[in-house]
Amino acid sequence: MSDTPRSAAEYEQTLTGADTRVAQFEGPKRTPLGHIQHFLHSHPTMVPVIVLVLSLIVFGILAGDRFFTPFNLSLILQQVSIIGILAAAQSLIILTAGIDLSVAAIMVLMSVISGKLAITLGVPPSLALTASFVLGTLAGMLNGLLVTRLRLPPFIVTLGTWNIFFALNLWLSGAQSIRSQDIDQMAPILKFFGNSFRIGGANITYGSILMVLVFVVLWYMLTRTAWGRHVYAIGDDKEAAELAGIRTDRMLISVYALAGFICALAAWASIGRVGSISPQSFYEGNLQSITAVVIGGISLFGGRGSIMGALFGALIVGVFQSGLRLAGVDVLWQVFAIGWLIIIAVAIDQWIRKVSA
Amino acid sequence: MELRHGLKLSLMGAVASAALLASPAVADIGACLVTKTDTNPFFVKMREGAQAAAAEHGITLQTHAGRLDGDVETQIAAIESCIASGVSGILLTPNDSRALVPAVTQARDNGVLVIMLDTPLEPPEAADSTFATDNFLAGVLIGEWAAAQMGDDAANAKIATLDLNPSQISVDYLRNQGFMTGFGIDVKDPTVIGDEDDPRIVGHDVTNGNEEGGRTAMENLLQRDPAINLVYTINEPAAAGAYEALRSVGRQDDVIIVSVDGGCPGVQNVAEGIIGATSMQFPLLMASMGIEAIKAYAETGEKPENSEGLDFFNTGVELVTDSPVEGIPSITSEEGLARCWG
Repeated sequence: MSDTPRSAAEYEQTLTGADTRVAQFEGPKRTPLGHIQHFLHSHPTMVPVIVLVLSLIVFGILAGDRFFTPFNLSLILQQVSIIGILAAAQSLIILTAGIDLSVAAIMVLMSVISGKLAITLGVPPSLALTASFVLGTLAGMLNGLLVTRLRLPPFIVTLGTWNIFFALNLWLSGAQSIRSQDIDQMAPILKFFGNSFRIGGANITYGSILMVLVFVVLWYMLTRTAWGRHVYAIGDDKEAAELAGIRTDRMLISVYALAGFICALAAWASIGRVGSISPQSFYEGNLQSITAVVIGGISLFGGRGSIMGALFGALIVGVFQSGLRLAGVDVLWQVFAIGWLIIIAVAIDQWIRKVSA
Repeated sequence: MELRHGLKLSLMGAVASAALLASPAVADIGACLVTKTDTNPFFVKMREGAQAAAAEHGITLQTHAGRLDGDVETQIAAIESCIASGVSGILLTPNDSRALVPAVTQARDNGVLVIMLDTPLEPPEAADSTFATDNFLAGVLIGEWAAAQMGDDAANAKIATLDLNPSQISVDYLRNQGFMTGFGIDVKDPTVIGDEDDPRIVGHDVTNGNEEGGRTAMENLLQRDPAINLVYTINEPAAAGAYEALRSVGRQDDVIIVSVDGGCPGVQNVAEGIIGATSMQFPLLMASMGIEAIKAYAETGEKPENSEGLDFFNTGVELVTDSPVEGIPSITSEEGLARCWG
């Protein structure tokens, strides 16, 4: 501090010939592929969007004009709506670097509970639905408590609760469906999300709208609220999040509880979609929801990806199934194609992640 | 009810004529029932049938079940403990037709009578007998009924078949190919679904035997051809799902749905005109006749024989419909409701 300005200037004279560039972290000039990689890294939803658009075009050509009708496109939306809603719940958990194998089991159990209450026991339908929402949230919270309090890996916890909820579902329902006609008669509100309206040939069910709404609301929560930032922070690095003052256990429990609530919502929508209350349906719904999330570009390692990706992931699966069926391809090969989709999606995700390395 | 008595009598004829002459109830005959699961109403009914028959004949019955469909280990352990407890016979619905053969062989080597219920082993001779529904006949009945119901229109039928899953297991192809045979379609290889070239077939899809799968499959096939007017379904839950899909496009009244099973919700759907006809099977009868066969074996050493021309003992199929057609015996949905399972 005591140096005179003059002497300082003298020292600095030696700098005139030195490199004047400021510190930079750019590597050597990017290849065109590197540009794509970097672009996809900063826009994680672009991969599923591109795949969705491409598959629409390909199947539009392969499957003929029956594919590109408003009716068929709205049908795809309808067919993916339940798995889509489950995928929304799944995305929340996966963003925290967890996984939830129990989503579909919670959903089916809640549909059976609301049906059992409203149809078999004659409880007012609104009360039965409320009960399913409360119990669904509690079921999710149970997962969260086991993960945070007992420090068990989410995979193990939800593997356990999947079995538990599935067994309860079979016990409660006696593995017997509740008929569509009985629901119509006793509690038509349970089938509310099966209602639909037509816009120019398209048949839009309320369930399809519900799915989109769930995604929009969650997208808002995840990107525009502190809660959402915390979800990403925990998924990215739980310890760092904790050091930054986030109450991670409390956050995780809230995420699992919200996922449970969404599963109860999916339960209500599923009654409208399937017509009856069917304890045997959606046995592989958990894996299908994970498929949608993974194809949607949400990283299984947590903290990265947009929830909208899961919506596109679910739609990609729906487009593939519809397109392959209309092209007359055997079911066997549909399963085969979805398998490759999953592997390719994760491979692309790994490749994109290398940008930050 | 007549058929049921008829079957009971024929079983008596086959296995128990000597039992009537045998000395009255030997004490302590033990039997085991091992079902696929204990939650499916089909197996619940089976267990009830076995328990009632065991109580009636003074037989000590142990019941076991796999934890879920496909659970082989639990069934093997159950068979081993049955052998160890010295039972005279085991009734088994195998979770895997091949994987349980060694356990069954072990039981038979120990002098235990082993009867398969509902699902045969591969090969069927690996067990002493199989008491099962003739699934091919179940399909033939609904196929013939549909052809008669459509009359001259049968020549222009547009048929969708909603099957079980991509693995083409025996119950799946037997029912499907039976239906096609009954309807008058050349099935080519009767163990393969989908090798037919009859232009009346719009397509096949799989349902996993539940409502959700039935609905989605029906929607997909309607996309392929909206004029479908006859739908075969692997079971009644799939049929209920198909009906929902038809209802969503307003076609529920001009499409005939046929199915197989005889579960109570399914028969109720026949009563309400949702399913045109269904072939009913009798899980309770399989079990009660199985218990009677074990009793006969314990008392006289005589083993049950197969139905003529089949490699199993047919426990009967009954067509349930409220629109009976000439020449195909059937019962009404009201009679069906009195005998349905689940």
